[in-house]
Amino acid sequence: MSDLEQFRSDTRAWLEANCPPEMRKPMSSDEDTFWGGRNAKYSSEPQRVWFERMRDKGWTVPHWPKEYGGGGLDGEQTKILRQEMAAISARLPLVSFGISMLGPALLKYGTDAQKQEHLPKIAAGLIRWCQGYSEPNAGSDLASLQTRAESDGDDYLITGQKIWTSYANYADWIFCLVRTDASGKKHDGISFILFDMASKGVSTKPILLISGKSPFCETFFDNVRVPKSHVLGTVDRGWDVAKYLLQHERAMISGMGERGAGRPLGQIAADSIGADAQGRLDDAMLRGQIASFEVDEAALACAAERAVDLAKAGQAHPAFSSAMKYYGTELNKRRHEILMSSGGIDALEWESQRSHEGARPRAWLRTKANSIEGGTSEVMLGIVAKRILDLPGA
Amino acid sequence: MPLLLNEEQTMLRDSARGFIGDKAPISHFRQLRDAKDAAGFSHDYWRTFSEMGFSGLLVPEAFGGSGLGAVEAGVVMEEIGRTLMPSPFLSTGVLGVSALKGGSAAQKSEYLTKIANGALLTALAIDEGAKHRPLQTAMKAARSGNGFKLNGAKAFVIDGHTADLLIVAARSAGTPGERDGLTLFLVDPKAKGIALERTAMVDSHNAARITFENVEVTADSVLGDVDQGNALLDSVLNIGRGAVAAEMVGLSDEVFGRTVTYLKERKQFGKLIGEFQALQHRAAHLYTEIEVTRAAVLKALQLIDDGAPTAPAAIAVAKAKAGTTATLAVQEGVQMHGGMGMTDQFDIGFFMKRARVCQELLGDSNYHADQLARLKNY
Repeated sequence: MSDLEQFRSDTRAWLEANCPPEMRKPMSSDEDTFWGGRNAKYSSEPQRVWFERMRDKGWTVPHWPKEYGGGGLDGEQTKILRQEMAAISARLPLVSFGISMLGPALLKYGTDAQKQEHLPKIAAGLIRWCQGYSEPNAGSDLASLQTRAESDGDDYLITGQKIWTSYANYADWIFCLVRTDASGKKHDGISFILFDMASKGVSTKPILLISGKSPFCETFFDNVRVPKSHVLGTVDRGWDVAKYLLQHERAMISGMGERGAGRPLGQIAADSIGADAQGRLDDAMLRGQIASFEVDEAALACAAERAVDLAKAGQAHPAFSSAMKYYGTELNKRRHEILMSSGGIDALEWESQRSHEGARPRAWLRTKANSIEGGTSEVMLGIVAKRILDLPGA
Repeated sequence: MPLLLNEEQTMLRDSARGFIGDKAPISHFRQLRDAKDAAGFSHDYWRTFSEMGFSGLLVPEAFGGSGLGAVEAGVVMEEIGRTLMPSPFLSTGVLGVSALKGGSAAQKSEYLTKIANGALLTALAIDEGAKHRPLQTAMKAARSGNGFKLNGAKAFVIDGHTADLLIVAARSAGTPGERDGLTLFLVDPKAKGIALERTAMVDSHNAARITFENVEVTADSVLGDVDQGNALLDSVLNIGRGAVAAEMVGLSDEVFGRTVTYLKERKQFGKLIGEFQALQHRAAHLYTEIEVTRAAVLKALQLIDDGAPTAPAAIAVAKAKAGTTATLAVQEGVQMHGGMGMTDQFDIGFFMKRARVCQELLGDSNYHADQLARLKNY
């Protein structure tokens, strides 16, 4: 047996022995996600057990080095772990922006001291991070951001406003883009800085969305004092870090629509609509839409797998994550349109136990942000046109 | 296995691209079309394909072939798609070889060796109606003495006009729609009772309509098992579908490359038309579709080679996706070339015609999306 086959069989056995049955079911509400942090709450005992076992293996971040609390797995091993988790529909033990966004940037740009300080706490779910990028006047045109960081001895004093800060009201720390120099071009003079959300002068205000929920906040900074040593990467060159991180964010968002071994959409639809004598969904047009969707979804999963393999082989185009972000988010919106259509009038219920407080329509409305957050579909297409296709004036 | 070509497959691609790009660029296809060539392809280049090991790519080494798999067949098909090179590679090298590999030891040693040598051309006769519906096969194979008597009609028999050997699906039992009761037969196209009409298609490639009237075949001409031909047929069709999907990836990628080049050259309103955001976004969308399709097709071909139980679903995805992507690619290609795209002088229209044929070949996107839904029980 090759080393990888051995790893696969060991992993399968370990997951079988350690993943509680409750953690092998599709998530049905936000509470099923464990985010960690200073005020972390487990929604159930199996959630705690699963998280702690995975954390102790380093498998909250399987591909990070062991010295930072990771599992030290290589690319092939990480892929095998993900495949084996998907095979039993195992939930992620810990979801965090520290893992999916900040971590990769820290690994690339962090000083040893920064890596030692932050990575182990992310891996162990001790600190929950949020992302301070967008501002009221800097959305798609992110580089025009205006939040100021003024030098004051060994510190910066940060003043300004961020918007669409996901879960800022629950976050312990923020990674934030601030303007350290306003004299040059807009992409220059931006710095990437880390600070504690408990600092004096930080306040947050949740924004009520069309889903009736508030995953995003407005975040205000009023002379927040932050040591200069908290800058990640070079002062005034924060745009490089921001772009690098965005590639990971886009890869994450593009994967949000991916499903493991869940029930096929057509069967979910048949639960509500019924099937004909041959077992076919009793809505021929919807059945066709679902089948076409599932063709695209399966093809996208292949593209995601190939993107990882290309990256490992050093053949990936750095802007390819923009193409994947575009495709994945548009697909996820389609999935939820189909789910709404499949549910018919049952999917219109907003307030009832029966509907889990309108879980389906709220999730549907939430997906409309997928093609806006992290760069709109139009911005993604623009990036592909310019950086991959090299079209003029793009 | 990484979803990339390995080193040997990359070398194979380079040698296929080298030969096809050099000897059979699209002008080669144009010449054959303009000359109304009776075969529709170059016998000389098929001999070269045999010398390069391509005709016997899928033939086991014991029979003089290269013993390679579906991924490698896809590599060659993708390059064929780029220049629309007319070649019996699909009909003989992929479909014929895959079918004959399911035959007896005697059939294999007789026919596979000849194919590897470039000395035998085959054609697979499946379709009867307007759409690809293999289970609806109605052509009759009635037992007669020691053998069978064939009656019925086949259409869209790719390269049927030049074949030395026909591989024919017929119903030896049951009724159209049933899985059981299909048998594959090896039939000499010159046998008594066969009438063959060459059908030149919209893409200037060739197929045939063939009628069978009381055609006598011996028991030795049965390929595989009597009444149980469906499993073999499925595996033959699936590798063929993967190969056609790979051709469509090559075709789409070529059209796209030509179109992006045109966007960077053509000026209107004092600007390169590639500066217009309306076209940039459509080009970027098409790029993404092609890359997604490329991954799905390679995955399906790898799964065939692995003998994975998920291969049929992956093939349905690949053929369905490749069909819609190729359709989009050629439509955008013609539209973005403007009036030039409508001219016969410009090559872009050839790709549109070929894509239409590839869609229908071995099941279109609707057929395969439906297959996926059936596999998932809804």
